[in-house]
Amino acid sequence: MKVREFAGQLNMEILTGENGLEKEIKGMYICDLLSWVMSHATKGDVWITVHTHVNIVAVAVMVDIPCIIIPEGIEVEEATIKKASEEDIAILRTSKTAYQIACEAGKLL
Amino acid sequence: MSDGIIRKSFVIPANDFTIAGEASSSVKKMLIQLGADPQKVKKTAISMYEAELNAVIHANGGVAEVEIDRHKVFIRIKDEGPGIPDLELAMQEGYTTAPDSIREMGFGAGMGLPNMKRYADKLEITTEVGKGTVVEITVFLTDNEKEDH
Ligand SMILES: Nc1ncnc2c1ncn2[C@@H]1O[C@H](COP(=O)(O)OP(=O)(O)OP(=O)(O)O)[C@@H](O)[C@H]1O
Ligand SMILES: [Mg+2]
Repeated sequence: MKVREFAGQLNMEILTGENGLEKEIKGMYICDLLSWVMSHATKGDVWITVHTHVNIVAVAVMVDIPCIIIPEGIEVEEATIKKASEEDIAILRTSKTAYQIACEAGKLL
Repeated sequence: MSDGIIRKSFVIPANDFTIAGEASSSVKKMLIQLGADPQKVKKTAISMYEAELNAVIHANGGVAEVEIDRHKVFIRIKDEGPGIPDLELAMQEGYTTAPDSIREMGFGAGMGLPNMKRYADKLEITTEVGKGTVVEITVFLTDNEKEDH
């Protein structure tokens, strides 16, 4: 499923505008330890994290994560959004918890 | 890929998280452009990123030198930080000396060195307390190279 359709189905806010919305999503990964994500996430996973600093984009770039989801309505730094747009990685936000997002995504992916 | 060797070097600034990972991400893009196998690109990207971030977080930055030829990527990340007193301990999963402020950012899982070991085909670390650390990572781009080794 494309990021655009995924974001629409789950009713998420797209912080990065049009960037990266045509990328394909294959699965999901949830973790807040960056080195752990680096070694365990798979290419094509959407990644749910509570971190909002700019280095989450670097991690996503390294492992070909097409899209980052910020749960529980957490505020995202402007620098992070800018960097993600440059790298063509979508950042989505929702008021839901990681668990709720995963339950809904599980029905779609 | 041509027969030439591509050499690049990068400055890794201290404590600047806004550009931490830039060197690794440039190398990743270069390898993709050169048509390297995606699996090799991933191995290179992860191991270099971990070494780069360690230089940023633990060692006041440093320099990265990268050499790419047909058969391999060689990366040397050099810093003049505090060095690692007990390398064997530092290599263990979960070992970290990262302060709370760094851990709150999601670093400090103590997985960086283990990740390098897992993803690099060859990993050499030279470190001296008070002098600094040199991390040398090799990833072979062709499978026969690895067997030769
Ligand atoms: N370049 C370095 N200079 C000085 N100390 C280092 C260096 N690299 C690693 N270390 C030491 O080794 C420890 C383990 O490193 P490792 O990369 O495995 O984990 P980490 O950096 O603490 O956490 P993570 O990489 O999971 O974010 C570090 O906490 C630090 O004490
Ligand atoms: Mg580390």
